[in-house]
Amino acid sequence: MVLHGFVFLVIAQLAGESLAQLLSIPVPGPVMAVAALVALFWAQGLVPAAVGEAADVLLRHLSLLFVPAGVGVLQHLPLVRAEWFVIVVTVVASTLLTMTVTALVFSLVVKHVEEGQS
Amino acid sequence: MSGHFNLWVYLSASPLTWLGVTLAAYLVGDTISTATKRHPMANPVLIAVALISVLLVTTETGYGAYFQGAQFIHVLLGPATVALAIPMVRNRDQIIRHWRAMGLALGCGALTGVVTAIVLAKALGGSELLVRSMAPKSITVAIAMGISRENGGEPALTAALVMFTGVLGAVAVTPLMNMLGIKDWRARGFAAGLAAHGLGTARALSVHPIAGTFAGLALAMNGLMTALVAPVLLRLLP
Repeated sequence: MVLHGFVFLVIAQLAGESLAQLLSIPVPGPVMAVAALVALFWAQGLVPAAVGEAADVLLRHLSLLFVPAGVGVLQHLPLVRAEWFVIVVTVVASTLLTMTVTALVFSLVVKHVEEGQS
Repeated sequence: MSGHFNLWVYLSASPLTWLGVTLAAYLVGDTISTATKRHPMANPVLIAVALISVLLVTTETGYGAYFQGAQFIHVLLGPATVALAIPMVRNRDQIIRHWRAMGLALGCGALTGVVTAIVLAKALGGSELLVRSMAPKSITVAIAMGISRENGGEPALTAALVMFTGVLGAVAVTPLMNMLGIKDWRARGFAAGLAAHGLGTARALSVHPIAGTFAGLALAMNGLMTALVAPVLLRLLP
């Protein structure tokens, strides 16, 4: 049942938060939880049906969950107004460079290393 | 008239109103996005955020009052981020088959994203708060806000920068990849998810299913990678 899966994900996050807090590592709790769940289910290559269902529901509506955080920009309008030039140039240049480097490295490795061997 | 006003005073103080407004604004955004055949500029999140912002400003409602209702949606970002583990497990065989391409692209891409953000923002005279909030801009907002909080940034500002990056990446990925002559859907999707998190992934999914799968993997992997490298780079870079 989807609620079981949801409870599982919440408990996984709380465990991740607690671990990060106890060991005082500066890694967000959800990141610890993702790493732990991947390690937990990796050998089988599949997840319990309820967990899979809950994950699908959450990820299908992922965009909606960004909305409250997006509206938060209203709190920082003075800073955004003062530094808009730095923000626009940095985000545009950095994002285009990141996509270019990632796609080029990926396709070069596929072409010359992975397909070269088979 | 004053009756209507009293009703508004009552409603605007209720968290349920702002929860409903958030859901309704998102539905409007999603409907427009569908009607324009998922045109990259008609991003549902962007539309929803714009509608809500206009409403809050015109009704003189503070973000605090809005968040009383919106927090019920916001808090689900945590479990949704944890849920990113599931597509990684399901696509284990793809990951094993392409581990070299993914590993190298992830390393190079994550470093490019964080280093260029920090260096450019500093070189252009950005404030310390902006630089620290900017570093995790490429990754999904729940993790990015966490990194920002842990490293002297402002989580709400980071959220705004993450949204801007996501919308820009979703709009730019198709023309950029065509310009670079990259036809491999796996490479295109991986780049979209790595540089532009959930919004890049949503875009990749609407273009090609294989691009969508690899975008989802890149989104999850870069969430982990940037969480590890951003704090180190923020300390190392002058």
